[in-house]
Amino acid sequence: MKKLRYAGVLTAVALALAGCGGEKVGADKPAAGGKDCGTFNLTVSPWVGYEANAAVVAYVATKDLGCTVVKKNLKEEIAWQGFSTGEVDVNLENWGHEDLKKKYITTDKVAVEAGSTGVKGVIGWYVPPWMAAKYPDITDWKNLNKYAALFKTSESGGKGQLLDGDPSYVTNDEALVKNLALNYKVVQSGSETALIQAFRDAEKNKRPLLAYFYEPQWFFNEVKLVKINLPAYKAGCDTDPAKVACDYPPYDLDKIVSKKFADSGSPAYDLVKNFKWTNEDQNAVARMIAVDKLTPDQAAEKWVKDNQSKVNAWLGK
Amino acid sequence: MAAITSDMEVEVRRPRRSVIVGVLLVVWVAAYFVLRGIDTLVLGGQETTPLHRWLTEHRDGVGQGNVFFDAIRIAVDHFVVLLQNVISQPSFDRPVPVIGWLGVVAIAAYCAWAFGNWKVAVLTAAGLAFVGLQGLWQESMDTLALTVAAVLLSLLVAIPLGIWAGLSDRAFRVATLVLDLMQTLPTFVYLAPLTLFFAIGPAAATIATLIYAAPPAVRLTAHAIRSVPPESVEAARSLGSTRGQTLLKVLLPMSRSTVVVGINQTIMAALSMVTVAALIDAPGLGQTVLKALQTLDVGVAFNAGLAIVVIAIVLDRVTTAAGDRPWRTASVRRKVLLGVGALAVLVAIWFSRTYVWAAEFPSDVNVGSRIAVVATDVTNWVHNVFGGFTYGLRDAVTIGLLNPLEGLLTGSPWWLVSAVVVALAAVLGGWRGAVPAAVCLVLLVATGVWQDSMVTLASTLLATVVVVAVGLALGVWAGRNRRVDTWIRPVLDAGQTMPPFVYLVPFLALFGTSRFTAIAAAVVFAVPVTTKIVADGIRAVPVATVEAANSVGSSAWQVISKVQLPVARRAITLAVNQGLIYVLSMVVVGGLVGAGALGYDVAAGFAQSELYGKGLAAGLAIVLLGVMLDRITQAAARRTQNFQNRGDKR
Repeated sequence: MKKLRYAGVLTAVALALAGCGGEKVGADKPAAGGKDCGTFNLTVSPWVGYEANAAVVAYVATKDLGCTVVKKNLKEEIAWQGFSTGEVDVNLENWGHEDLKKKYITTDKVAVEAGSTGVKGVIGWYVPPWMAAKYPDITDWKNLNKYAALFKTSESGGKGQLLDGDPSYVTNDEALVKNLALNYKVVQSGSETALIQAFRDAEKNKRPLLAYFYEPQWFFNEVKLVKINLPAYKAGCDTDPAKVACDYPPYDLDKIVSKKFADSGSPAYDLVKNFKWTNEDQNAVARMIAVDKLTPDQAAEKWVKDNQSKVNAWLGK
Repeated sequence: MAAITSDMEVEVRRPRRSVIVGVLLVVWVAAYFVLRGIDTLVLGGQETTPLHRWLTEHRDGVGQGNVFFDAIRIAVDHFVVLLQNVISQPSFDRPVPVIGWLGVVAIAAYCAWAFGNWKVAVLTAAGLAFVGLQGLWQESMDTLALTVAAVLLSLLVAIPLGIWAGLSDRAFRVATLVLDLMQTLPTFVYLAPLTLFFAIGPAAATIATLIYAAPPAVRLTAHAIRSVPPESVEAARSLGSTRGQTLLKVLLPMSRSTVVVGINQTIMAALSMVTVAALIDAPGLGQTVLKALQTLDVGVAFNAGLAIVVIAIVLDRVTTAAGDRPWRTASVRRKVLLGVGALAVLVAIWFSRTYVWAAEFPSDVNVGSRIAVVATDVTNWVHNVFGGFTYGLRDAVTIGLLNPLEGLLTGSPWWLVSAVVVALAAVLGGWRGAVPAAVCLVLLVATGVWQDSMVTLASTLLATVVVVAVGLALGVWAGRNRRVDTWIRPVLDAGQTMPPFVYLVPFLALFGTSRFTAIAAAVVFAVPVTTKIVADGIRAVPVATVEAANSVGSSAWQVISKVQLPVARRAITLAVNQGLIYVLSMVVVGGLVGAGALGYDVAAGFAQSELYGKGLAAGLAIVLLGVMLDRITQAAARRTQNFQNRGDKR
């Protein structure tokens, strides 16, 4: 015991002596950003493509406009609620959600649209590339029944399995299977994580898999999934959800901001409104985050350096 | 003698009951083949009932703008932000928190020493330093701030409630019912509605954690107060103590150590909410886990999960040491030492406010990335080596056990299933089992998600059987052997506090998306608590009883089966019961890996506004399943106990 105490005292003294030599807190205090941009709350939806949007906008807003950006990691539905409580000011990538637009933009008037993100969203059914190579005609939906036996699993009750994703994504799959008379059963994987893991495994071990998926998605950088051609989408063919027998519409992803933020006259609002890029741009940044493991800020910095002209256009320079 | 008489009793009674149960099951299977497909109450994935739509429409009826809720939210928010400012976030115009890492470690170790002993103080310092070395200091401090806030608020509510429930029988009965509900209702169910009341962010996250974490403290406080011997209370009364004096001088001091166990359980529950709360933007380690999952980065998720486990183990050991510490005033020597220690802490705080090296955790040594790499490698290795075998196992179990059971439950008419369940409950537990079962079944039909409930019930039953089997085996082993117990406990703690989200990806890799994957995840989550309770029960068997059995030359197996298990029956019932509740609390997580049914309904209700009502109904259905199974097992246990007591008297 006694020795222990001496050791403790000695260590404390040694630490005290060693410590006094260190650098002092606040010695290199950075100068605060001067302009009157203020603070805005940016929701970050749980997929990497969105994170790429958020990374670049936050980087430019902080570096060029001197704003304080508060990122909040929220599911889409919760983020919409945030517009009415003032917890969320900006959503940079909204996938459709006509019902929510009606509620929060038309009825409650707490949010407004801020134009297209420039990114095109595609939803559909996909197979791993090895299947498309081995069974070239599988990409036509008319041949799906021919291959149904391949897709049988312990979950699909004797039929072929069509794996669905995260419950928050738009899906008509049950109606599609019924209306196209496909011998398939929709099985809920329940999360995006489960879906990606399933595709990764299917490609690696050459297991058959047919699943709901979407672009843009960072996972396409790893495995180039092949889309099944469903009967082509025509305007209005999906009005009655129970009778849908056509492909998903192409989505023009758009930006939503809170009414309060839009009226604030902040330069950040103009930046958000002007922000527009392409699937390739987004994928490049998403890849740096997901595959190269850069932090969102590092990835944004790298992209901005290479694409200064685009950024200048957003800033109205 | 007691053991022998009870054995005889059991032998006389048991065959008759098991015969009735067997006949009932055979009749059920026979009826199933005749009535298959009638009245199965199917409801498709996107379909809803009028009740669900009504719930969806009335979701916005209450909510924000209410002065009462706003006041709570602002108060809680300020409290959490204050704690964050002190230990985790840059605050008060300084680039660092008020107290840097050195100060936090010093304070934590000092508290551990003062309330516990020097061993846990060393553990505390080592644990916190490890978390810092993982490169997760700030995230960990955010998590710690939120946990401390939630636990303190929980105790503020729970301890008075527990005392009340301990003193009044009526309050006790109501409390038990409400607590069951709070613990089995999936957190996902109230996560989204909570954001309507309390907005998004730390406040709502703290309140969600509070709801989940308060029950153990209420339960154990009530239990402690009720187990104070009546003689002590009588003695105090006869000496002229008022009620208040009796409470403060007799009841509370005598129940201190059990109350501390309750606090301990509350802390553990609060930490297990860290990742879930991150879904509504709670800061901290949960965010790191969720972020890593988006890119299926098992290594990073594991690293963050490990930090949660380390914090949990530190808090657990410190509270346990505090509970074990005898109630006495400190000696002069200890007082002096405590004073010197306090001075050292102040010096450490001053350092952490003055110098950068003591304020921000040094990032030169980063163990975190190495842990992440190793975790990823191990997962890949397991996947490559066992990959083929695991799919086979999954298919065998699914086709051989799960599908027939599920077919029987979902294919039979609802009234047949209900009749069989009520009859089984009556045989096993008498009216105490049958009446609650009947009520729960009627309500289950009313929720409109009958078929999904049956799918979930099939998986739950299978998972519980496995959990009980594994838990009994491990628990008996650990209960009979101190050394095994010492080694197994940290593993169990890790299993209990490691967020299930972390092992979702490896499990998906091994078993694909399926109901089996969900069952496997539930088993990993529920086995630790079952094992711990069984081990404690076995260890509580009086040494004299075991020695007596040994001295008459019983084999180890005889000692276990004839002495230890029967005497520890109470603990085993509790273990089965808790195993069941833990399995049910994983239903929603199971929905994320392909279990579908109720878990998926709840998750979908959280994500899609038009399915909100259905999600709520599915959440209630999970609770109803929980209450039903809980009542039946408890009634059955009580019945066996009664027979035993009668036998003893004779």
